[in-house]
Order: sequence, then structure tokens, then C-alpha cells
Amino acid sequence: MNNLTTWERMELIHNKNRPTVNDYIPSLFTRFMEFHGDRMCGDDGAIIGGIGFLSDTPVTVLAQVKGKTLDENKRTNFAMPHPEGYRKALRLAKQAEKFHRPVVCLVDTPGAYCGVEAEKRCQGEAIARNLYEFMTLKTPVVTVILGEGGSGGALALAVCDELAMLQNSIYSVISPRSAASILWKDPTKEKEAAEILKITAEDLVRFGVCDKIISEPEGGAHLQPDMAADSIYEYLIDAVTRLKKTEINQLLERRYKKFRKIGMFTE
Amino acid sequence: MNIEDMFKVVKARFTDDNHASSQKEKDVEIPQDLLVKCPRCGSVIYSEEFENAMKVCPKCGYHARLTWQERLDMTVDSNSFKELDADLVSLNPIGFPRYEEKIAKMNEQCDMKEAIVTGECTIRGYRCVLGIMDSHFMMASMGSVVGEKITRAFEYAAEKRLPVIMFTASGGARMQEGIISLMQMAKTSGAVKRHSDAGGLYVTVLTDPTTGGVQASFASLGDILIAEPKVLIGFAGRRVIQNTVRTRLPDDFQSAEFQMESGLLDMIVERGMMRKTLSNILKLHGFPKEVH
Ligand SMILES: [Zn+2]
Repeated sequence: MNNLTTWERMELIHNKNRPTVNDYIPSLFTRFMEFHGDRMCGDDGAIIGGIGFLSDTPVTVLAQVKGKTLDENKRTNFAMPHPEGYRKALRLAKQAEKFHRPVVCLVDTPGAYCGVEAEKRCQGEAIARNLYEFMTLKTPVVTVILGEGGSGGALALAVCDELAMLQNSIYSVISPRSAASILWKDPTKEKEAAEILKITAEDLVRFGVCDKIISEPEGGAHLQPDMAADSIYEYLIDAVTRLKKTEINQLLERRYKKFRKIGMFTE
Repeated sequence: MNIEDMFKVVKARFTDDNHASSQKEKDVEIPQDLLVKCPRCGSVIYSEEFENAMKVCPKCGYHARLTWQERLDMTVDSNSFKELDADLVSLNPIGFPRYEEKIAKMNEQCDMKEAIVTGECTIRGYRCVLGIMDSHFMMASMGSVVGEKITRAFEYAAEKRLPVIMFTASGGARMQEGIISLMQMAKTSGAVKRHSDAGGLYVTVLTDPTTGGVQASFASLGDILIAEPKVLIGFAGRRVIQNTVRTRLPDDFQSAEFQMESGLLDMIVERGMMRKTLSNILKLHGFPKEVH
């Protein structure tokens, strides 16, 4: 069981030594090969795409990249993708569909980038297009949230058959800081907002959004990165093996219903 | 972003100005109910002139926010509208403080149970499924009910082989429903995909403002994207972007005209031409005109 408060978890996932996809990819996949570009406008450093073996299954990997140094973060834009990042991800997902490769998405982003160029290249449309296309992508899709699952920027890689979260990760429609600014005009009240928003892995299991919590080593993934990688690996093998056995139309029907059923109302 | 509805804005600005001017020139008195002030260009307009122009500013062409009844009346053939799923009311999934109270208050103020009205109607004789979002209701943010009603509208249209027309307006996902609101983006986009895969036509009309999680889901997924002139369309709030770029943003940033140039839109259509444009699109897609 995890007795940490939401805020304590947020401190853990912002720890500068927390493993990123650059640490995990070599432990999870062999012969990994990175592919670049959206074929339209550029190559976004915030999302890594490529193929590799998960055990002996070839898979397509789409991963949001946090840097550990300022230089790395300049390259990866602090894991905040531009539209070309989402379009690269979609291009590679379509390629995965063609070659019947399962897709593994690794999510770790504060959110999609907000800027003039992102707007000019239709950030909203790029995200929407991914939600739309991933819903009927004819190959298994598994998403693991490693740290921050920041709103639409995370969801664009999380329309999937199964969603897993690392024990201390969060997934939220709005950052606690922004929520605090809206609620109390005071961004420093983000701790309180974090609790109100219900964004922990346990919360999301309760809402039927998260299917599996992947445990982290005592004290957080940064203390024993190899052990964290082993847990993710074990989960991915299990999920991909299971989903590959499912007949594709049944899989797509289940994927649609996974999202279709979410909502709480009376009538 | 400004999350107040137009009339609040108009009234507030008017009141401020009136207050300011009454301090300067005490002899000038403007009767408040006869005049409105355009929130885009600041021109003061006679209310009657503004109403007669379908709430379009005669000076700058800004297409002001409408209530769902106003939009319905100027869009559909009279007596043709049959509402669908009228009784859905949001619960409070994350136990957000005072959310039920807020919904109940909005319910009373706006004469609607949630921020969208959906139904079936004809437009100049052409049958379609219609959705109208009303920004007066909690900035038409998308929570469980908005997501569910849109999803059902697309599922209904797919089953009946009808086209869908959505008048979008929204500040984005509804924070008060936490992650449940984010999931409505995936849910609605999935429903649009199914309707599309079944051969269905979907026309989006983006009205003021269409932003955030709604712009980043079903609102951007129409086969044809139409916007009203001068309206605000964008993913991120202007203030958020202003804080990251630290240079002055152009005045027309995220306007319909800006988004047209960005390649997001098929066309910008004035309010007075909307019915004709929509019915022409339906006719061009081979739908039959009903005669009554
Ligand atoms: Zn004006």
C-alpha cells in the first residue's frame, strides 16, 4: 500500500534522479531503433518513437522524454510535445498497425506545449486526431504512465487497451498549480488542489481509468531504477501477450467501451 | 482567458465605463438597457440594432455569444426540433466542493440542465442531428453529461444514418469532474470516429470561444470545419501562452481568421448565411429535402 499524500508523490516524480524513458528504454527493449519526424514539418524532441523487441515480440515504442539536465531539457522541451510530436507518434502508430506490431506508450509529460508556433500548427487538432485514430487502431495499445500524466498532452498517447501507472505517478485534467490559480487565485495552494483533484494511481483505479498499478521500490523508483524497470517489463510482457491473443474486433470493441462507460450522471 | 459570458462582460464593462465617465463628465447619462458594448472593439451599439443584426457587432463584425435558444431559433426550421437526452444531470464524481450547488444554480440561470442541448431537426428541409453548446452554462466546459450527450448524439446519428452538426463553444474540460472530464475527450472522439467509419457526415461550427479540451477533441474532428467571424479558437489560453513567450501576442491571435491562415478551418461563415451554408452542404452530400 502507498501511504504517501498526493503532494509527496509529486515531489517524488519531480526528483531529479527519477528514471526517465532514456533509462527505461534500454532495460525494456532490445535492438531499439529510433525513428524521426512527422513527414510534414519537423522532428519533435519531446517524443521518442521507434521499434524494438519486447522479449521476442517486435513492438513500436512511443515515449515522452524528460531531460535530467538543462541541455537535455532544451532538446526535449521539458517533455512538452509540439503538434509534430503527436503527428510523429500517429505516423508510427499507423506503421505499427500495418506490420501488426503492438504499441507501447510511455507517458511522462506536464502537458502539450502551449505556444504561438504550437497554435499555428494546430496543437488541438493534432491531439484530437490521435484520440480519434488510436480508438480504432487495429493493433494492441498499452500505455504506462511513468511520472506526470498531464491532461490532453498525456491522453494523446493514452487511448489504449490497458492503462498502467507507476505507483507514485499522477494523471490529471489540470495541473494542481493551475487549478489553485483558478480556484483561489493563488497558485501556491497547489498542495490543497492536488488532493482535491484525485489524481493518484489508486484514485484512477477507483474511477475505472487505470487498470493496473505497477509497484515502485520503497522510497520511489529513483532509489532502485533497475527494480522499477523490472516491474514495468513484467507488466508489459503480461499485457502484450494477453492482448495479442485477443481477436482484433473484440479488442476494439473493448477499447471503445473502456472509454464509453466513463461518466457519472443521473437521468 | 475571459470566462464570463458576453452579457456579464458587456454589463460589467458598461458599468465600469459608466462609473468612470460619470466621475469625469457628470452630465452624461447613458441608459444601460438601450445600449451594449462590443467586447471585441469596444463600440457602443444600440441594443435594438444589435439584436436585429443577430448579435453581430456592426462595427467590427464580432459574432457575439448566444444562448442555446437564440442559436436554435436562428438555425432550425420552426417546430422541427426534437430534443434528445434532455434529463441528464451530472453527479459529483470527485466530490468537488460545492459542485452540485453550482450545477443547480446554472440550471436555473440558463434554463438548461447542462451546457449542451442535442436533438434532431431539419434545416431548410434537410434532416440532421444537432448539438448546441451554451457558454453561459459554466463556460460550456465538458464533464460527464456534455461528453455523454455528444457521444449519444453521434451514436444515434450513426444508427439513423443522419449527418451531425455541432455548434461548439467551450472553455475546455470541466476541472470540477477531475479525470472523468479528461476521459470525455477520448469518449467523444471515439464516437465521432465510429460515426465517420459508418459513412456519416459531421460538420463543426466553431463559435465563441472554442478552446482547451473541446478544441482538442470532437470540435476539431468535423469533415468540414466552419467558424463564425472573429471568434476565439485555440488550444491553450492566451494568458498561459503570454506567460511562456513573454512577447506581445498579435491582437488577432487565435481568432477565426488566424486559425483560417493556420490551416485549421475550411471556411468562415457569417451568421446570416449559416442556415443556407449548412443546408447547401447537406444537399451536396446527397441528403434529400423533406417537404411538409
Ligand atoms: Zn465590435
